[in-house]
Amino acid sequence: MLELLQRIFGRESTGGQSKDVAKERLRMVLIHDRASVTPEVWEALKVDLIRVITQYLDIDERAMEVDLQNEKDAYALVASIPVLRVKRNLGALPGGEAAKG
Amino acid sequence: MGEVCVITSGKGGVGKTTTTANLGASLAALGKSVVLIDADIGLRNLDVVMGLENRIVYHLVDVVEGYCRLAQALIKDKRFENLCLLPAAQTKDKTAVSPEQMRGLCKELAQDFDFVLVDSPAGIEQGFRNAISGANQAIIVATPEVSSVRDADRIIGLLEAEDMRPPRLIVNRLKPAMVKRGDMMDIDDILDILAVELLGVVPDDDSIVVSTNRGEPAVLSASSRAGQAYRDIARRVLGEEVAFMDLDARPGIFGRLRRLFAAGDR
Repeated sequence: MLELLQRIFGRESTGGQSKDVAKERLRMVLIHDRASVTPEVWEALKVDLIRVITQYLDIDERAMEVDLQNEKDAYALVASIPVLRVKRNLGALPGGEAAKG
Repeated sequence: MGEVCVITSGKGGVGKTTTTANLGASLAALGKSVVLIDADIGLRNLDVVMGLENRIVYHLVDVVEGYCRLAQALIKDKRFENLCLLPAAQTKDKTAVSPEQMRGLCKELAQDFDFVLVDSPAGIEQGFRNAISGANQAIIVATPEVSSVRDADRIIGLLEAEDMRPPRLIVNRLKPAMVKRGDMMDIDDILDILAVELLGVVPDDDSIVVSTNRGEPAVLSASSRAGQAYRDIARRVLGEEVAFMDLDARPGIFGRLRRLFAAGDR
């Protein structure tokens, strides 16, 4: 009886489970919180990115920008990296060799 | 050397002081010697939750400033003689104590007690810094709400930089009926987000308000479900494996009626 009434009036009326909304909002807000409170991690990420990219390209490291951007319902890692020059013989580089093999 | 455990949360009003009082009383009931430190200087509350507010003579800042000896400021609990409270000052502010002084105080107390429980103030400022400075372990209290879990995440991040064992979580004021209909995050949702060890789940329980009214920790009441949850938590803190209680066990109105009729048949 009670269950029947709940089925008629209850659950559906709230428009889906609000806990799922809570969890999704938390997930999003924590991406931002965690990223913004650890500048060391951002620095480490930048250093690693530079290390990988400079195997292929000469870049302007000082002008490089790495940021998290909120796009509607997702976060994107957006990097702006000015390229000064593309290296010659990319295929002969260690990463390129690995990709070929 | 005893354990120094800080009870903290980031967000205010989620049950740090209630947790400190009940965990302390449970550990004392299990035979451990326990001292509770109210580190919320300027907003002391642990004394009233414990029902010891009329016995305060000296407080934490008096000890740190050398106005009295540590032993003089410790208030013995009415119910357990192996349980003590070091109250906060009510008229000073958080800057009256430094992290170094708190560290020294905790170290001294840990020589005489099995457990030193530090009730942290809300926030992440100096009061929080003071509260965690002497601790070698931390218990995070959070309620199943977005704001509380977010703040808990921040606190966990701050504690990672400290030299202590990974923090453990108490989820407080869980409402099983709301969880059941999907209107409250459940334990798995919260653990999924925070990725910490679960120490206990305390159901939302009116008996906490009643016991706070009286200044009697809920663990002293055998019928309090929150009290039972805290007694289980205390045993887990001592390293025992205790199964998590079934929060759906309380019968609804139909269950109660059915039980009534069944009793009438006999």
